[in-house]
Amino acid sequence: MSLPKPGERDLRLDLFRGLALWLIFLDHIPSNIVNWVTIRNYGFSDATEIFVFISGYTAAFVYGRAMRDHGTVVAGARILKRAWQVYVAHIFLFAIYTAEISYVAHSFENPLYGEEMGIFDFLQQPDVTLVQAMLLKFKPANMDVLPLYIILLAGFPPMLWLLLRAPPVALGASALLYVLALHFEWNISAYPNGNWFFNPFAWQALFVFGAWCALGGAKQLSVVILSPITAVFAVLFLVFAFFIVLTWYIPGLDALVPRRLEEWMYPIDKTNLGILRIVHFLSLAVLTVRMVPGNWPGLRSMWLRPAILCGQHSLEIFCLGVFLSFAAHFAMVEINQGVGMQIATSFLGIILMIATAALISWYKRIEGRSPRSRPGPPGATLVGGGV
Amino acid sequence: MKPIVAALLCALCCSAAVAKEGNECITAAGTVAPDFGLPHVARAIAKKKLDVAVVGSASSELNGPTGTNIAYPTRLEAALRSLLPGVTVKVSTYARPREIASEMEGKLPRIIAEAKPALLIWQTGTADAIRGVDPEEFRVALDDGVDKLRAADVDVVFMNMQYSPRTEAMLAVTAYADAMRIIALKREANLFDRFTIMKRWNESGVFDLYGATRTTSVAEHVHDCLGQLLADVVVAGAKLAPAVDKGTQ
Repeated sequence: MSLPKPGERDLRLDLFRGLALWLIFLDHIPSNIVNWVTIRNYGFSDATEIFVFISGYTAAFVYGRAMRDHGTVVAGARILKRAWQVYVAHIFLFAIYTAEISYVAHSFENPLYGEEMGIFDFLQQPDVTLVQAMLLKFKPANMDVLPLYIILLAGFPPMLWLLLRAPPVALGASALLYVLALHFEWNISAYPNGNWFFNPFAWQALFVFGAWCALGGAKQLSVVILSPITAVFAVLFLVFAFFIVLTWYIPGLDALVPRRLEEWMYPIDKTNLGILRIVHFLSLAVLTVRMVPGNWPGLRSMWLRPAILCGQHSLEIFCLGVFLSFAAHFAMVEINQGVGMQIATSFLGIILMIATAALISWYKRIEGRSPRSRPGPPGATLVGGGV
Repeated sequence: MKPIVAALLCALCCSAAVAKEGNECITAAGTVAPDFGLPHVARAIAKKKLDVAVVGSASSELNGPTGTNIAYPTRLEAALRSLLPGVTVKVSTYARPREIASEMEGKLPRIIAEAKPALLIWQTGTADAIRGVDPEEFRVALDDGVDKLRAADVDVVFMNMQYSPRTEAMLAVTAYADAMRIIALKREANLFDRFTIMKRWNESGVFDLYGATRTTSVAEHVHDCLGQLLADVVVAGAKLAPAVDKGTQ
């Protein structure tokens, strides 16, 4: 991934972030036959890694230029404004979630599910839970990504400042924080108990690495990234990861895995972004960069346009995806839960995501905020749809 | 991948299928067979005295005046008695609402001392998901629990969460279900996949798990079928025991 020239947007970022958003949507619909296609079933990492890495990359790309052109304070203020927007979006989703769960709590009763009804307990003490939700401590199912993103953005201004001045120091500091967080088990506490599902002290490493790549790191690494030796290692690692995943499903296969390897390997931790997940993601990324060069004509084809559109409006489409996965589940419960319905709701959801992304693009165009219609100061134009 | 694996498993173990005539829920449950042997159960059956302990949370019991009689542990006891004539079978239940795996794990020594079971059915996962326990902590609790049980010569069968279509989008159980499946495979312990079984029932229309109801009739049937299936797994696991006995030592 070479550093894009100023003003030129690397469509691969939008494409893969768009695809990641679709996968996150599919993964969030429970009991959905379609989510067998998602990458988490075939290796260690999943769409979250793609989303966080690309978000770091685009954040540095957009705000890095803003910081160079308009200074640290202005760029920092813009990043914090973005963090605020994500926060508002999260609270909006929480309201929708609470509405759905309250409806179900009120309308559903079955002695068989006395235990599962325990998830409605939080409705008994809204005074505590609502405050905890606003503090980002109480996060219902599948609502963990945005709080992570908020923290990553909120902490980004000083990191970006450092990345622009001393990239190796910034990268080193980020890696050190990752190691220290793992070693001392730093994390943010959650309500009612436990810790954040995505430990921001660990996940920042991938976000900062993405940012570092955007600011010239990828160019420095291009020899390594494009070397055939790296590709061979990447393929071997992906095959290895696939085999290990198979041992989680097929009895007896586990005996083939040496005990020493197991002791070293487990747990493959999602909360703390285990190192094997990073390696798996990087293997995927290296092969992707090889197979899809930045000047690949397919990036401009109409077939990839829908995914690219979604990737260009990632915050809106992410939120919509979370909402749609609730809605899809609701539809399945109320109408039909057959395989046909699962496929239909999955595709309908993705179509709605595409249509919404197209609509947002159209709004930006008529408001004259699109990069194409108004050259404007670089950076500023990309902020809305960029990160 | 899951359907492929399921098909593979089915092809491998269809011979071990324990479907019964005229019992719709048993056939609709698909293949429910043990992956590993239960040597201590086999020994207990040979000695004509089988003691089983069930450790679990609220979904191991049913409320109401007849609750205990219709919950799956009691049904398991009845089914085992009829499958194992001449063997004295006793199932003791240690179910506490909201109890998470690590709390259960802490109680295991007391339960082992008290019930002296050959087999422990460990139902868990839902309470951990509701309370948002770190999945890694959950995994460690299961792993430590298996250590304690193995040291005390007790076989273990894990039972995962119920399939609850209404609350599925609100309660993220995947991480816990995965942890249970992986620990079961790693430690060569059996997993009674209640989640998949109930899902099949719902899909095939044997039980309507969506409908709201105040009566216990669906719950009663579900628990009865679970008890029977569990008994089949226990008996089949005991028969399987000699083949894998060395692996568990």
